Amino acid sequence: MAQSVLRMQGITKVFNNVPALSGVDLELARGEVHALVGENGAGKSTLIKIMTGAYSRDAGTITLEDRQVDFHSPEDAQAVGVVAVYQEVNLLAFRTVAENIYLGREPRRWGLIDWKRMNADAGGLLKSLGLEIDPRATLGSLNIALRQMVAIARGVSFGAKVVVLDEPTSSLTEHEVNILYDVIRRLKEQGTAVVYISHRFDELYAVCDRVTILRDGELVGTRELASLEKLDLVCLMLGKRREELRQGTTAFAKREGKREDDNSPLLRAENLTRGRKLNDVTVKVGRGEIVGMAGLLGSGRTETARAIFGADPIDSGAVYLEGRRLNALSVNRAIDAGIAFLTEDRKAEGIIPDLSVRENLTLAALPALTTLGVVSRSKQQAIVERFMSRLGIKAASADQKIRELSGGNQQKVLLARWLCRNPKFLILDEPTRGIDVGAKGEIQALVNELAQSGLGVLMISSELEELVEGSSRVVVMRDGRCVGELRGADITQQTIIHTMAEGTASDRQDLAEG
Amino acid sequence: MENTATVSAAPRSRSLTSRLGDFGPTYGALLALVLLVVANAIFTPYFATLSNLWNVLQLVSTTVLVAVGMTIVIATGGIDLSVGSVMAIASAAAAVSFGRGTAFAILFALFIACGVGAFNGALISGFRIQPIIVTLATLITGRGVAQVISNGGQLIPFSNPAFEYLGKGYIGPVPVQVVMMLAVVAAGIFAMRATSFGRYVFAIGSNEAAARLAGVKVRRTKIAVYALSGLLAGLAGLIETARLGASDAQKVGLYIELDAIAAVVVGGTVLSGGRATIIGTLIGALIMQVITTSFNMGPFGLNPLPYSWGLVFKAAIIVLAVYIQRPRLA
Repeated sequence: MAQSVLRMQGITKVFNNVPALSGVDLELARGEVHALVGENGAGKSTLIKIMTGAYSRDAGTITLEDRQVDFHSPEDAQAVGVVAVYQEVNLLAFRTVAENIYLGREPRRWGLIDWKRMNADAGGLLKSLGLEIDPRATLGSLNIALRQMVAIARGVSFGAKVVVLDEPTSSLTEHEVNILYDVIRRLKEQGTAVVYISHRFDELYAVCDRVTILRDGELVGTRELASLEKLDLVCLMLGKRREELRQGTTAFAKREGKREDDNSPLLRAENLTRGRKLNDVTVKVGRGEIVGMAGLLGSGRTETARAIFGADPIDSGAVYLEGRRLNALSVNRAIDAGIAFLTEDRKAEGIIPDLSVRENLTLAALPALTTLGVVSRSKQQAIVERFMSRLGIKAASADQKIRELSGGNQQKVLLARWLCRNPKFLILDEPTRGIDVGAKGEIQALVNELAQSGLGVLMISSELEELVEGSSRVVVMRDGRCVGELRGADITQQTIIHTMAEGTASDRQDLAEG
Repeated sequence: MENTATVSAAPRSRSLTSRLGDFGPTYGALLALVLLVVANAIFTPYFATLSNLWNVLQLVSTTVLVAVGMTIVIATGGIDLSVGSVMAIASAAAAVSFGRGTAFAILFALFIACGVGAFNGALISGFRIQPIIVTLATLITGRGVAQVISNGGQLIPFSNPAFEYLGKGYIGPVPVQVVMMLAVVAAGIFAMRATSFGRYVFAIGSNEAAARLAGVKVRRTKIAVYALSGLLAGLAGLIETARLGASDAQKVGLYIELDAIAAVVVGGTVLSGGRATIIGTLIGALIMQVITTSFNMGPFGLNPLPYSWGLVFKAAIIVLAVYIQRPRLA
């Protein structure tokens, strides 16, 4: 292996007594593109922030070119050539490209900024990365991709030995991604080590040499990408061993005799496409059916859910509920048609923290509870009482602020918010993430019961046990596409992981015909 | 982690403390108001008279009308700086249209004021421009528009007893404007507590993304909120005009946005949205007015103090109020 540039050893970081990283090693070689992968909470960003001086570490050592280093701030790290370029570009939109690149250390002459030299230097730097950008242009006049390239150029201008790219392609188009690849190749030739964080497998295999996998704050391992099968990479990320895939235990009872009515499904989402995030996704869910949706972080699961619910605009595609097309998708239209969506991020997109349990629970049902705009106390009370006892919501009273409840109880309130509207179709995005075991089982049992009474459910989950035991079909997503569909006895953790990694040709055919 | 208490969903069985908890943020302000009134009643000559009570309430009525709208706007996480200019527009619009009848002039002025507010709301929710910028722009242009309507900002005197009843009339012993103020405060409290509109306002202010995904019509609600603020500012503009007996497009409602925001803040409403109290706003406005009145009358038997000292004292109250209400770590 080539000469090592940066070596992190035994890095440990604890937040509020919860370890975010425990004893993680990472070694970067000269001219290497090193992928860093892991699911939510794996510790990727913590590791990067320690590497670039934004966080201090609790234990471990960092060695830069055989010298031990200790960064106290991002400026410290930049000064010696360790730079991170983040998803949101932190530059000044109204200043020129050259000013942005040399901000804070402009070349001077007699105390004044030497504009001529600064522009010339910036021009040379951009050219060395293969970029045709006028250093005198205002940054704001460039598109997002070029701005990102300027951010990278700024990083390189520190004489960067290590450049960290955090999800660099999340807002780029296909063509712009290729420009980025070119820049990365130039960096490689110049001997810079690049850390590449992305959830998209096609990108990892296209540009990266090695990959380091983190899970739950621990190092899983570092591998050569060329000799690592996608299937093994998925297994490593999820912490499953290929040969050890066994069924777990959830509160789902495997149901027999699912009615799957292919001709007139309850919900049909066809050819949903949105930029690079969703590519021709088609999903069908029958009455009384629980369809699971599997995929790694960033595979397009949540995006599919949001597209069906009308929360994000789509470029093309259509959603049919009971055979009728929902025109011009919008959240309100979807809700009125009978679609409900339990979001993944409870805090940001679920609870209204300052309102009470009662007000949170009835929020979506208010139109049915009001006469001339005035909320009927008795109707409201009946619903709140019924659903609090049916779902076993534990709160001091219905007047308690929802933010004071446990995660599991918050989730139950949010589920009740939709159930009291009697929806026909329910989308669950990670319904049991981050809640205690008891509430988890209760929610799983409830979803099962609802499906038996005729509700159609699309359940997104990262927990394979939940998918295997709960769903009658599993749609597998990768890189914004449906790469496979598993049915009946074919649904095992192993087949799901396999499909996540490779897809199945026959399924793709099925979908194309359907 | 688990809350061990089991389900008790009955709303009417709330403990006294939890009921009082609702008024928590208002407590300090209420206490301050009571102290101010009691101290002045004892020490300031002529303070504790019925005529002074009506005087204080009359003077505070326009600020309260505007501040009720402001409270609702702030509850959504926004702000409305344009209220003073909207008052001027309403004033000018009424003054130039008395020829078509008093009722027409009043309705026309209120319609325009409401429309300006709705326009603010449409820009804010439709184009996602920050409320402070949109309403600052309306603050600036609005005063100009009012002067254009009134022929370059000339004072328009009029004699219209029916209209002047708004600012000078009494119902029994109570000034008409005070009755209107109390009615608006009551309606505001009812709207925020008992209607779906109030629920949506709080939901948007507390977590807009979640509210949208729960089916709250965010855009429509925001437009309504700013329209309401405009309407109440229009009403305040008419009252002030009636009180003066003339329309002065350059002066009507000048700087009232600052008084209104101060009243809202002193009353215990959080500027970031999601939590708001209209009764608190009324109390906040009264605190400010009592200070002004007391300084003018010569507080505690002293000689009347200059107005500027009153301003300094009010500023101290605002800072103190915000300090007391700052978020505490749980």
